[in-house]
Amino acid sequence: MTDDIIIRIRDLKTAYGSHVVHEHLDLDIRRGEIIGIIGPSGCGKSVLLRAITGLKEPSAGSIEVFGKRLETLDPDERAAVERSWGVMFQDGALFSNLTVRENVMVPLKEHTDLSAQLCRELADMKILMAGLGVQAGAKYPSDLSGGMRKRAALARALALDPELLFLDEPTAGLDPITAANFDALIRKLQRALGLTVFLVTHDVDTLNATCDRIAVLGEKRVLAVGTIDELRAFDHPWVQEYFGGPRGRAATGH
Amino acid sequence: MANPSTPEFALETSGEQTVLRVSGDWTVRTVQFVDDELRELEGQGALVLDASALGSLDTAGAFVIDRTLRQLSEEPARIEGDHANAENLIGQVHAVTDVEEPKRPPHGGLVDMLERTGRGFMNLLSEAKDTLAFLGETLVTTFRLVLTPWKLRWTSIVSVMEEAGLDAMPIIAFLSFFVGMVVAFIGATTLSDLGSEIFVVELIGFAMLRELGVIMTGIVLAGRTNSSFTAQIGTMKMRQEIDAMQTLGLKPMDVLVAPRIIAMVVTTPVLTFVSTLAGIAGGVIVGWLALDINPALFLDRLQSNVPLDQFWVGMSKAPVFGFVVALIACRQGLNVGGSVQSLGSKTTTSVVQAIFSIIVIDALFAIFYMEMDI
Repeated sequence: MTDDIIIRIRDLKTAYGSHVVHEHLDLDIRRGEIIGIIGPSGCGKSVLLRAITGLKEPSAGSIEVFGKRLETLDPDERAAVERSWGVMFQDGALFSNLTVRENVMVPLKEHTDLSAQLCRELADMKILMAGLGVQAGAKYPSDLSGGMRKRAALARALALDPELLFLDEPTAGLDPITAANFDALIRKLQRALGLTVFLVTHDVDTLNATCDRIAVLGEKRVLAVGTIDELRAFDHPWVQEYFGGPRGRAATGH
Repeated sequence: MANPSTPEFALETSGEQTVLRVSGDWTVRTVQFVDDELRELEGQGALVLDASALGSLDTAGAFVIDRTLRQLSEEPARIEGDHANAENLIGQVHAVTDVEEPKRPPHGGLVDMLERTGRGFMNLLSEAKDTLAFLGETLVTTFRLVLTPWKLRWTSIVSVMEEAGLDAMPIIAFLSFFVGMVVAFIGATTLSDLGSEIFVVELIGFAMLRELGVIMTGIVLAGRTNSSFTAQIGTMKMRQEIDAMQTLGLKPMDVLVAPRIIAMVVTTPVLTFVSTLAGIAGGVIVGWLALDINPALFLDRLQSNVPLDQFWVGMSKAPVFGFVVALIACRQGLNVGGSVQSLGSKTTTSVVQAIFSIIVIDALFAIFYMEMDI
């Protein structure tokens, strides 16, 4: 195993009943990069995220995270792996009976022995860092707008300063200005903390602004991996249409 | 993952300058070791942070260092020493936390209590008003729809009838059967002292026809149907399906509430009838096996000594109970807010209110029929 590969997926197959989502899927993710995962709707981008984080059992193949296969780990080791990643789900998945601050404090309380005061201070700092105001901390998720919920979810995902961050459509449904701020925020945090970011997105602007490499999912496997420029030269109808369409061209300035 | 080393710090004051030296790993797992001591530091003059011996640092560590620096001096600190990201991280944390904590208004004990009392009372008033408003709206909608039957949603009415009526029949019949047996046994033990076991027939007849048949039905409906209505409507509310309905020109009152009300008003009497029969059957079995009262004799005596009025008294309450259960269920369902917790609490409220109302209404009926001499 080479040190700079943080996630290694080999010959992955996932299926719901008889519906096969992925087959013979290989993907390597390097430490410290932001990798964007794109692909047509329903091609299994979110399922791939679920498979890596252990929420969906693969039918065949192997997934190594930090060089370890999740299903072979004992509960303690697995908890250690789970502590070192943060996941932000598509619609936030905040605990609706807790305030935003309490949501961010959940991982801190669960996995560290910080005092209540320091926990609260750190949670407030993460909330501010994610671009929310201090007063948002006392609110319940149902009182927040969609964009604020996403920020709160990001604050929770970042609570433990994870090495590996999974983001599922972080900018979907945000206005372009907020989305651009979000992109900048992710980039800034990634640089400062040396994060590895697994970013599922539809947003070409986000890809352009943040991603080091992009993986294209389609036909149940990874069609291509590379930088935006490499992908633009890639000869596949969907990829060509994706980057060659009006939105793709506008975002990448071609 | 390597074990992190313990974070350490030293504060040196020399003349006009205070130097905070930090070493070891300052991460979310380790900062607690030094947090309490750091809170007590005091400094003066220009401030320098020496980060040359600093190990790994994350935002939690950066936050604690930044907080300490602020506490030591109001002026921004200078950061010395080579570290990969110390300056960057501390700078970022400093930038976002550079806001005044909003002041919370002070809370006085007495004022607070008065405020809560007032709020509670006003909530009670508005709850009563809203319930009446909902009752009125439901009645108007239901009558309007009954007068124009071609606008009724027959499919959903029949489906509710099946789900809340037919499917509830076995459990209601079983419970009433056992209640009938219990009443017969109690009657038998008491009456055998007087040598008049045969009066068990009247006991069962009056109790089941007049009260227990319909009460058992009402309580099972309150626990079973009421909670499922509230949860169904509440989930739809939570997922904005009700908002979607309104924008499509469908009225939740017509689509969700009226079919449930109509179905319940129709099925509750049927369920009550079954429940009463099952209760009497329980009594007959106990009479036959334990008291040697022949079933034929039991039924004959029941017919001659228990007036038909008693049956109608019981049946007259059934549609009212059905209406109340559906009304409370729909109202609480529509009251659900955006959170999972509110769904749970509204379902609880709904069941409690329904059982409470059934018993109170039954008591009112009892007073009414007593005054009417029935």
